[in-house]
Amino acid sequence: MKTKLIPSALIIIFCIIFLIFYKGLQNSNIYIPKNNIEIDVPTFNATLFDTDKEILSEEIFKNNKFYFMNIWSSWCIPCREEHQFLMNLGSQENIEIIGLNYKDKNQNAKKFLKEFNNPFKLIISDIDGTIAIEWGAIGVPESFLIYNKKIIKKIVGPLDENSLLEIKKIIQ
Amino acid sequence: MASLIGFYSLVFGLFFSFLIILFSIKNLRNTNVFNNNLISLTFLQFLFVIISFFGLVISFINSDFSNATVFNHSHTTIPLFYKISGTWGNHEGSLLLWLVVLTLFIFLFLLKSKNQTKQYRILTLLFQQIIIIGFFIFIIKTSNPFDYIFPVPNEGLGLNPILQDPALAIHPPILYLGYVGSSIIFSSTLAATSTNYISKEWAKHIKQWILISWIFLTLGILLGSIWAYYELGWGGFWFWDPVENVSLMPWLALTTLFHCILVLEKRLALTSWIVILSISTFTLSMSGTFLVRSGILNSVHTFANDPDRGLFILIFLFCLIFLSLFVFLFFFKAKNENTYNFFWLSKETSILINNWFMMYFLTVVLVGTVYPIFLEVITSEKISVGPPFYNKLIIPFLVPFLFAMAIGPKLKWIKSDLKNKFNLLFFLIISFFISALIVKKFNVNFLVNTILMTSVFYLFFSTLRDFFISKLKNLAQNVAHFGFSLLILSILLNNIFSSEIIANLKVGDTYETEKFKISFENIKQKKEQNFEVIIGKFNIEFLNGDVETLRPELRIYNQPNIVTSEADIKTNLLKDSFITMNLVQNQNYFNIRYQIKPFMIWIWLSVLLISFGGLKSLFKKKYEN
Repeated sequence: MKTKLIPSALIIIFCIIFLIFYKGLQNSNIYIPKNNIEIDVPTFNATLFDTDKEILSEEIFKNNKFYFMNIWSSWCIPCREEHQFLMNLGSQENIEIIGLNYKDKNQNAKKFLKEFNNPFKLIISDIDGTIAIEWGAIGVPESFLIYNKKIIKKIVGPLDENSLLEIKKIIQ
Repeated sequence: MASLIGFYSLVFGLFFSFLIILFSIKNLRNTNVFNNNLISLTFLQFLFVIISFFGLVISFINSDFSNATVFNHSHTTIPLFYKISGTWGNHEGSLLLWLVVLTLFIFLFLLKSKNQTKQYRILTLLFQQIIIIGFFIFIIKTSNPFDYIFPVPNEGLGLNPILQDPALAIHPPILYLGYVGSSIIFSSTLAATSTNYISKEWAKHIKQWILISWIFLTLGILLGSIWAYYELGWGGFWFWDPVENVSLMPWLALTTLFHCILVLEKRLALTSWIVILSISTFTLSMSGTFLVRSGILNSVHTFANDPDRGLFILIFLFCLIFLSLFVFLFFFKAKNENTYNFFWLSKETSILINNWFMMYFLTVVLVGTVYPIFLEVITSEKISVGPPFYNKLIIPFLVPFLFAMAIGPKLKWIKSDLKNKFNLLFFLIISFFISALIVKKFNVNFLVNTILMTSVFYLFFSTLRDFFISKLKNLAQNVAHFGFSLLILSILLNNIFSSEIIANLKVGDTYETEKFKISFENIKQKKEQNFEVIIGKFNIEFLNGDVETLRPELRIYNQPNIVTSEADIKTNLLKDSFITMNLVQNQNYFNIRYQIKPFMIWIWLSVLLISFGGLKSLFKKKYEN
């Protein structure tokens, strides 16, 4: 009796530990530093993607409405995954989506938009990646929700269902 | 191209695992001699893994951004040295490094174990192959370092600047040699248990493997700690960060295991301790990998969070745990040993005392590390466990531990009595007076610090005395124990006497305290290969007229765009002067942090001494036998 007690107790204990770790894995632990919230939109001038015209940042974000700026590139694989969510967000009325085409070739980017549709109201090019630096971006894709010339939310990495819901909640 | 070769050699390596298992089982059943082809097969497997690893290194050197790992962790402007070290600075590459070490160690093991029985060698090989297969599948399935991206990006995302550092470039390989080295101990213990081979001869043979992983683990932890000290800019060297803890836990288990092996070698006792400790050392290393790589914990070492990876390691880890439990419960036969007939005053008893203390420390660290996870799952409350928890639970127990460590090694095996009672008492009194004087002079909490310091000085003096009395006998042990006393002593003094000021200064400003005056002379800008640097110049004038010039840096990396602050540290035997500066946003002043940290260098030196003790012990065997 006693000889079986110890092994079974051990097995049960380890099973419980396993279960707890398993549950723990499902809790999201993605940690985003909070220091970029509620800061002013950086000022910069950029070239437009379609026409090669110069544009000032003040002109882009001039209205008191929600803007959603997305940094994307045709070579970025997660951008493809998030594209459907951008399309979804683009169909909302009270938000304008701005694209920042990051270190990309114009041709490739156009092909990308043709293939996956274009959710952007306006696209600016960032060939050498300096504008993304102004925004403090860590990588591609990355998105910023802007209201009243302030960044109110920053999303590192591709959009997903949860972040889309959250944005929709904010803009309503 | 290199990526392609890399990937296929990886698959070949896995294929060899199955081949080795097939041949081993055949060999196990049919003949009585060890089939030497198995060594060749193991070597070939190692070769394929190494080719695969170099495939990745070459992709990094060539900045081949069609490889996803290279794309995510490299950039064309990074210096060559960091391109190479970037190979293991990420999840995929570091796992490949694990595999390199795993296959290397089993190959060396087979070469070095020619005098052992066939059964034992083959079983060790089998158990090791189970681990190796697990890692192969893990890499190929969830973290393939050779994933292909199309269209090929022009530029990579860059290597995190805080990883661009020489200490951190060699820290992972050395730490892994320690971590993964414990896999050999694990496999061979399981093999020895199932063939009932746990004996004095086995202890002699496995001792060197324990020492090797122990030395590397110690050095690996030291390097990580030095890096954290000068790179993270907090001026501390140990933060009880979960990742530091997961490297400390195997170290504690391994240290205990080593002491147990000494008892086994001499007296054929403590066998169940040894089996359990061998198993737990490796499972603790594996759990460390799980905790770090799954993203279940938050820490400075965040790797990409991917639940699939976490789940895979978790299942694999528990398979190993259940496998070892099975072997332990069904095959382990306690030798008719005299574990509990130890005489109270003997070396074995003192080692047993050491074991219990070590197990206590291990438990504290373990609980502190995983308790937040348990709490979050059960009550969804988030907490973080910090230094006060560890300090409160560990420091009081350090006192008896240090006393035991001072007296224990002087005892003889089997039965002993205290000689030189006069000396022991004399040292105690001296240590007490020295500590009381130091503590009194500097006006810190008297009782706690005096008691703690007395115990440290006691160990310090008694090991120091042993150098003169026993000369070269037991030198390895003496060096290691002396190093340990020096370590605790320097940490203690460092804690008590550290001072720090934080101030916001403009160029030209001065900041005065009672003891020194800091003046901010100027700043200079410079451009380096992949970052721009702002160098501040600070003069520190001390009351006694000494002047020190320190030049901390701010580095602005372009890829990714991160600002890091590089401390400038002036080290001498008595103290470190440590200064960092930080940008304050939209202001024209800098945030300056100046610290005086006494005896820092002794902390590093004492850990080196400890590992040197281990090294000495590794080579001692040669001429003694």
